[in-house]
Amino acid sequence: MKIGFYPGCSLTGSSREYNESLLAIAKEAGIELREINDWNCCGATAAHNLNKELSLSLPARNLALAEFEEMDELVVPCAACYNRLVMTQHELSEKEELRKQISEKLQMPLKNGIKIYNVLQFLEKHILPRLDKLVKKPLAFDVACYYGCLLVRPQKVMKSERFEDPMAMDAIMQKLGANPIDWPFKTECCGAGFSVSKTEIVGELSGKIVRDAVNRDAKAIIVACPMCHSNLDMRRPAIESYLNMKVDVPVLYITQAIALAMGLTPQQAGTQRHFVPVNLPVNR
Amino acid sequence: MNQEDLSDKIRQITGVNFRECYQCGKCTAGCPVADRMDLRPSTIMRMVQSGDAASEEEILRSLSIWLCLTCETCYSRCPMELDIPKVIDYMREKSFAEGKVHPEAHNIVAFHKAFLNTVERNGRLHEMGLILDYKIHSGSFFQDVTIAPEMFSKGKLHLLPERIKGRKGFARLFKDQFKKRKS
Repeated sequence: MKIGFYPGCSLTGSSREYNESLLAIAKEAGIELREINDWNCCGATAAHNLNKELSLSLPARNLALAEFEEMDELVVPCAACYNRLVMTQHELSEKEELRKQISEKLQMPLKNGIKIYNVLQFLEKHILPRLDKLVKKPLAFDVACYYGCLLVRPQKVMKSERFEDPMAMDAIMQKLGANPIDWPFKTECCGAGFSVSKTEIVGELSGKIVRDAVNRDAKAIIVACPMCHSNLDMRRPAIESYLNMKVDVPVLYITQAIALAMGLTPQQAGTQRHFVPVNLPVNR
Repeated sequence: MNQEDLSDKIRQITGVNFRECYQCGKCTAGCPVADRMDLRPSTIMRMVQSGDAASEEEILRSLSIWLCLTCETCYSRCPMELDIPKVIDYMREKSFAEGKVHPEAHNIVAFHKAFLNTVERNGRLHEMGLILDYKIHSGSFFQDVTIAPEMFSKGKLHLLPERIKGRKGFARLFKDQFKKRKS
């Protein structure tokens, strides 16, 4: 089975372990992900902060390219890219004039009907049904499933029913043998795009999230977004300076957790690329 | 432009019917950065309702609009389902275009602009290029001097950009987009 794939820029650089682990588990499950030819950046926070038209035309070019390759389904693992692509599709489907205008600017046809999946929806549909056979090393410990903002909000566009207390990731982690804790920080904001320009805000917002997970004895925080990961992992010094204590809880992409449970090596899961060392029994 | 017209204009462009806001304050209560803001989200909603030019000017020059993380918590909890982040996006674009960015937000805007510069050049984000461009425009040369080498050693930072093939058509998307900017 071939499914369209939009990696996005982070997955080629700062979050390449997300890409590596996703491709590794898809291969184990016998699923081929076909990367959109010549895809471009979705514009991220920068475009919608500074320029409305770019915030639509940049994602739309990728949707048009995917249509050109006759993809019906498109997997977008980066939560930020997913959000921009879905928001663009939504806005252009509501405003026919705007869709025509953007399509003309691109000089590409844009029917705007492709089905876009985030990583949790993809895992739920294609990996979860196969997990019973594929899990070799159950993760027998407590985890904090952290969803962040972009997978669940705005709920009307993202079509998320439980936007304050989502359960999709919890269900997958349970299937891996882990015990997802009940905690109130599932959808709190980590500080998102302020990693570089307002690091102290990331230290505070991410600090509160990490502190609660640790207080509830989670042995790992599970994420599905490159921004959440880099803020909770790479920005650990800012977090520790806000909390005024050392915190060593590791942060895993859900795809890495699945890879480890499937019995793949830490290298295949890409945990050696983290700033906070991953010292879990399953990673040794 | 009279008050009615200004309010109508913002409503038309954003599609947000902010007249329905009855100041319950849930947006401000849930906002993760409200305590750092000079104008809280509910205050901004009240100000756009009034539609007077002085209020708009104050919003355009505020720090708040740049501190908003677009986490969408306000929108998701608004009992009238008002898309507050969309109003903020409108204000940011206008503030930037008219050169009214709050002095304390210059780093944030420098980062966004550096981001779009690397995308315009390559079609994709080049994180190394972004960091260099940001350092030049924000003047923060010594920030994160230890993180970049560590990212590099973990294979997370590339020296050279990945470039898309269709750059000619891609350049058209950026043409004239930032022309109106004053400063």
